[in-house]
This record gives sequence, C-alpha cells and structure tokens, in this order.
Amino acid sequence: MDPNAQSVEAANVASHESAWRRVRRNWSVRLGGVVLALLVLVAVAAPLLGTVDPTLFDAASRDLVPGKTGEITTLDGDYIKHKFLFGSDSFGRDIYSRVMYGTRVSLMVGLLAALLSLAFGIVCGLSAGYLRWLDGILMRFMDGLMAIPAILIAIALVALWRGSLVTVVVAIAIPEIPRVTRLVRSLVLSIREEPYVEAAVALGTPTWKIMFGHILPNTIAPLVVQGTYICASAILVEAILSFLGVGLPPDIPTWGNIMAEGRRQFIEFPHNIFIPGVFLAVTVLAVNILGDGLRDTLDPKMAKRV
Amino acid sequence: MSVLEVRDLTIALPTGGDRREAAARVSFTVDRGEIVCLVGESGSGKSVIAQAIMGLLPQALPVTGGAILLEGEDIVQAGAERLRELRAMRMSMVFQEPMTALNPVMTCGDQIDEVLREHTPLSPEQRRAKILDIVREVALPDPERIVASYPHQLSGGQRQRIMIAMALVLEPALLIADEPTTALDVTTQAQILELIRELQRRHGTGVLFITHDFGVVADIAHRVAVLRLGELVEMGAKDEVLKRPRHDYTKMLIGAVPTLQPHGRSAEGASAPVLRTVKLCKTYVDRGWFGRRREVHAAQDVSIELRRGQTLGIVGESGSGKSTVARCIIRLIDPTSGEIRLHGQDIAKMSASELRPLRRKVQIVFQDPYRSLNPRRTVLEAVIEGPVNYGVPRARAIERARQLMELVRMDPASLSRYPHQFSGGQRQRICIARALAQEPELLIADEAVSALDVSVQAQVLELLEDIRNRLNLAMLFITHDLRVAAQICDHVAVMSEGRIVEYGPAIEVFGAPRHAYTRALFEAAPGRDFAFGAA
Repeated sequence: MDPNAQSVEAANVASHESAWRRVRRNWSVRLGGVVLALLVLVAVAAPLLGTVDPTLFDAASRDLVPGKTGEITTLDGDYIKHKFLFGSDSFGRDIYSRVMYGTRVSLMVGLLAALLSLAFGIVCGLSAGYLRWLDGILMRFMDGLMAIPAILIAIALVALWRGSLVTVVVAIAIPEIPRVTRLVRSLVLSIREEPYVEAAVALGTPTWKIMFGHILPNTIAPLVVQGTYICASAILVEAILSFLGVGLPPDIPTWGNIMAEGRRQFIEFPHNIFIPGVFLAVTVLAVNILGDGLRDTLDPKMAKRV
Repeated sequence: MSVLEVRDLTIALPTGGDRREAAARVSFTVDRGEIVCLVGESGSGKSVIAQAIMGLLPQALPVTGGAILLEGEDIVQAGAERLRELRAMRMSMVFQEPMTALNPVMTCGDQIDEVLREHTPLSPEQRRAKILDIVREVALPDPERIVASYPHQLSGGQRQRIMIAMALVLEPALLIADEPTTALDVTTQAQILELIRELQRRHGTGVLFITHDFGVVADIAHRVAVLRLGELVEMGAKDEVLKRPRHDYTKMLIGAVPTLQPHGRSAEGASAPVLRTVKLCKTYVDRGWFGRRREVHAAQDVSIELRRGQTLGIVGESGSGKSTVARCIIRLIDPTSGEIRLHGQDIAKMSASELRPLRRKVQIVFQDPYRSLNPRRTVLEAVIEGPVNYGVPRARAIERARQLMELVRMDPASLSRYPHQFSGGQRQRICIARALAQEPELLIADEAVSALDVSVQAQVLELLEDIRNRLNLAMLFITHDLRVAAQICDHVAVMSEGRIVEYGPAIEVFGAPRHAYTRALFEAAPGRDFAFGAA
C-alpha cells in the first residue's frame, strides 16, 4: 500500500505507562508508604529501640511525666534504672515501650482483617456475581451480616473464646465481608457482560476458569484500594474495642489499651492518651493516604466517582 | 465575508503523545448558507478543531498559532465572558450523542428556555412562544407534549431534533455539527440530514459538519475538507473532491468506501447446510413481583440456512433483533423456542455439558475491539485459550497461534504483547485469529467492522472474505451497514422488529427489494446516488 495512504489509525495506539510505574511516581503512595514502612520497622525492631518489657511495672515509678528517670522491677526481682521517655502509667509501666510494642498489634490487626475480609469477600462476591442462582441467597445472608455491629460480634466472641488477636481480627473482619462481597459482586456483574468474557464462553472455557482467570484479575485494582480502607478502619476499630475492654486483654500493650488505662487520669496526665492517640492517628492517616494514591493510579474510574 | 475563517490554526498536543500537534496550520472558511464537511478518520483532529472554534478546548490542548475568525472576530483572543456570549448568540454546536448532551433531569422545554433566559430579554410568554415555534420548525410532532417531556421519553432522533432546536433558537451564524447522526439508525439519519439541510437553507446558517462517513458527505456537503493526522490534505467543492480526489489519502479513503452494488459472486453451493435455524424465537419476559407481565419479542420465527463457503448477512437497524439471533446461535443466550441445527443436530435446548464439544465449531467476533480482549492477558494467551480448553498441548497451540497471526497478517512477535498496545483494527485481527484457533465451521461476525475507520474496515473485510474462501467457512455477518453487506454477503436477511422481512440472494435483495422496509432502508442509505468504491 502507498505509505501516504496509510490509515491514521496505526499512529493512534495509546502509549501506556505500566501501572506499577505510575504507582511509584505518585506522591500519596510515596508518603503513605514511607510512613508505613517506618511503622513496620518500629514494630519489628521494638525490642531494640531502648524499650523494656512492656508488661513490667514498678509501684515506685507510677504516674511519671515524660522524660523522668525511675526504676523498674524485672521478672527476676532486679531493679533497673530506666528513663521514661513518654512517662509511665498508673501501674508504673513504661508508656514508651508499650506504644512501641503496640505498633505490632495495630499493624497485624489491620493487615489480617483486610486479608481475611478480602479473601472471604472475593469468594462470596465472585460466586454471587457469576452464579446467578446463588446470588439471592448469598446476598440476603450478607445483608443480615451487615446488620450486626462489629462491637456486638466482638463482645460475643470475647465471651466465647476470651480476648485474643484471633477474636479481634475475626470480629473486625466479619462485618467487612459483606461490603467486600458487594463491591466484588458489582464488579463481576459489569465485567461478565464484557465481550471478552463472552468470547471465553464461546471458546469453551470452563466456568471456574472464567471466574478466576478472566474476571478476578480485572477486579484486583479496586480491591487493593478497598483493602487499604479496611485496614485503616480495622486499626481504628481494634483501638476502640481495646478501649472498651472487649479487645485484647489489658496487659497486652495495644494503643487502645494504653488509652483505656490512661482515661481515668486524663486531666492530670494527658500524655497517657495523647501519645498513643497520635500514633494511631498517624498510622490511619498513612494507610488512607496510601489508599488514595493507589486509587488515583490503579483505578482512575473510581477516583472520579469518589 | 465568511461566517468562519480558520487561518493557520495550530493546536499542540501534550508531550508524550503520538504526534506534536493535534492540528497543524489548518486553514479553511465557511460561508453564509454553506455546509462544509470536515472529514477524517479517528485521530485526525477533526473534533479538536470543532472544540477550538467553540472555545471549548481543554487546557492540555492549547492553540499555539493561527486565528479563528467568527464574523471577523478572533475567538482565540476572546475572553471567557465574550466567548460565553458568542457561543449562544453567534455559534452553536450539536453533538454526536444527544442523550448525554441533554440534561436528563430537565424537561426539553426548560433546556431550550435556559438558552433564551440567559441571552434574551424576552418575557416568559414570548419565550414560550419562541420555544414552541422552534420545536415546530424541527418537525417534532405535538410540540406541547415534546416541550414537557424529559429526554429519556423521546427517541434518539427526537432528542437530536431537540439539540438542533436548542442550537438554532438564537439564530446563530455558525452551526457546528460534530458527527450528529453517527449514533442514529440509517432511516433516522436521513431525516436528520434533511432537517439540517432545510434549516440551514431557510436561515442562511453556515454549517461546519464533522463526519467520518463519505456517504453523509455526498448527501449534505457543499464543500469538503479532508483531514489526516491534524493536517488538511485536501479542500474543495464536493464533486471535485469526491470524483476527482487529488491527494493519495483522499483517493484511498474514497476507494475504501464499499459500494452499494452487491459483488455478484455466485451464491450457489451444493454442500449440506452447516447451520439451519427453524422458527427461532427469543422472548424476554419482564416479571415484576406486582407489576404487569411484559413481553419483548426480540426475535420471532427466524429461519435461516447457511452453507460452507457462504456468507449470510443479517441486516437491520438497532433493536431489530439481529444480534439476538447471533447470540442465540452461539448459545450465549438461550432461545425461547425453535431449532438451531448444526449439521442437522439441534443445539437449541442442549445443556452446557452436551454443548461443550460442539462449541468450538461456532465462533464469534464482536463489534468493540477495545472490549473484546481481556486487558490483563497477552495476545498469546487469548489466542491459545480455546485450543488449550479442548486439550491441545500448549506447545502445539503456540505453534498454531504463530501461523494464525500470519494468516491474519500480523507479526507473530506481537503474541507476547498486551491488547492495549494495538490499534482497533489490529485488535480485531487478533479476535479473528482467536476465533480461528478453534477451527470453526461457522464464524459469526457481529458488527465486526462497524467500530473501525473506513480504511481499516476495508482491510478487515477483505481479510474476512479471504479467510472464508481459504478455510471454506460459513460466515454469518451481522451489520447495520448496507454497503458492508453488499460487499461481503452472498445472501441477505433483512430484519425489522424481530422478524425477517426479506430474505434471499444478495443480488436480488439489493437489485429489486420487494419489502417496503427494505426499500426504505435503501432509500435512507447516505450517498446512495454516488458511486464509491472502485472509482
């Protein structure tokens, strides 16, 4: 063909940048990612950051203000000198150590709750969206699940199994599952009408392969974004549960437990609540900023809607 | 003086685009009472120029040179306030998709009224009278009712008439029509074209008509400007450009427009039919819990027959049921009644597991090349998916995929790339390769070339015909475009409201249509008096 007569179309192919590169260049992702990475570092390296065992207490060092030096009794009965960077609580425990160790619980709860609810939500959502006969039953069940508040589930589970990381994660994840299911279902309902899915049907592709091979990969971007929001809310809910005394046992250092303990003396020693509160706020903010950045880069359509 | 003079207009594209300029030193004029057609394929910059004239360019596309003179006043230099005034009073625009261009929560009357309220000192009674006048002028029946209707209560053609009424109510000097009939059926398109022509004659409006369709150009234009990649390659009087194109690109474009003359290949085949449908019906039942039962007969008593090496075209307007028939045959939807006989075996009522071994014999190519391929899978994965489903070893499937890529005239190296790296025409070739990988006996092309530019369309049509001959396939070709049908089909079935109204060899249907609806379709075909193609 005459080169002059070439269709303009060939010049028309959109130049795509890989999603991963877009994600890395996004400032929200960078900011949220760096803050979260620091928090993970704190969680992992908590024993090396000049902390003491966060459950140790000493009656002589109760209610110290930040920066004061006092002493602490180890399990062996020895006394050690210790500088209370963030002060101490009414049992004489080191708030700095407790906050540092508390990072572990918060991040674990956020991550596990997000993963658990995503896993169940994906399976239920895919089934409801693609297998039409299952849709009615499954979604009515999800509606029922949504009507139970997380705190109620938590109280019931703690009563049944006693408070532990598992109960807290399960209690937080269960009410999130219907939300994820709804999101996945709505995505599946639109993706299943795409011609490439119909083409797969015509090519004789088995149903399970269509669900997991064609539909699921196209739901990943919005799900990653949703996962960060679940993570942020799980961290908050965990703190609330601990604060209310239906989360992890009070001797385990979590930000919610520290705040609950400090509540009675808030007027005299506001740092007891203030310091873990700042950590909680920064963590949730970092996760949300990361999520916003991911949404903008991975899922531009959703970014416009929200 | 010209109504519009575009002089050396240059519009920059953001860096990183496929070219530097969306429009490069484009110059043309539109005179009073004249229709100038701006023709080009997708990406030629024709819509960008329209936006520039209306002062609606996004900030990412700045005008970097030249002038746009509307009745002598440079729009490029005009401030936002002045532009707003000019837009309603002196120039206006009609868009392609009337449903999205109209506000769905305002009545049509209120939307026309808004224009008048903003820009005229008329009293409410005077405005009301003017609205009814203009609605009457765009030939809408029962103006009182239309004015009180919401856009969704009107048909596509009626909505476009409202758009035109809105655009012309202030008697602008210039009307820009950006593909105003592309979303409409061919019979509606003919009426809208007639309306635009009549109104511009009556009011002496200058019209800049943007289109990709040379049939429309032949019907409506006084002068034609051909755009290619942002450059104006040819401009002249209609007959001059269409009959004696000077530029190679124009020649190629006009040559690629299919003729309305059937190709005249002998359609007789002695082989047994691959596909036969007997009284195929599809009825959609809408059963609310309390509401009345509503039935829609999408397809009724459709009986067709198709042999190897033959192409049967199903032609019809939107909603005629032609795609429903195709989707029933490939069993993407279940027919309500009737038989679908594939080599004599009725597959209409088969369960999924019974159907599975037969599925590979019927394959389909869809309309939208941008949604037909899973964006997250490589071309290779798409092409080998079918064979692998049927137990072909992966290595053999890959080998076959390479051969198929050559068959559809693409580089086998593109197998490792992702769909977004290809143009629409290339993607459609990939879809054809994917379908052929199953070694089908029947290939369904559901509007497979409708979304493509005319030059690409010609290439894909040629490819389909070549493949049908080489592989001795039976092909079912669904289309709304009579020109495409004339070019490729041996037999034609014309569908209207779910029924086949005329069915026979293409030569007979095109040569001497018997049914009134078929005749109406032909009469509405744009540019039918103009001999395209082999020219």
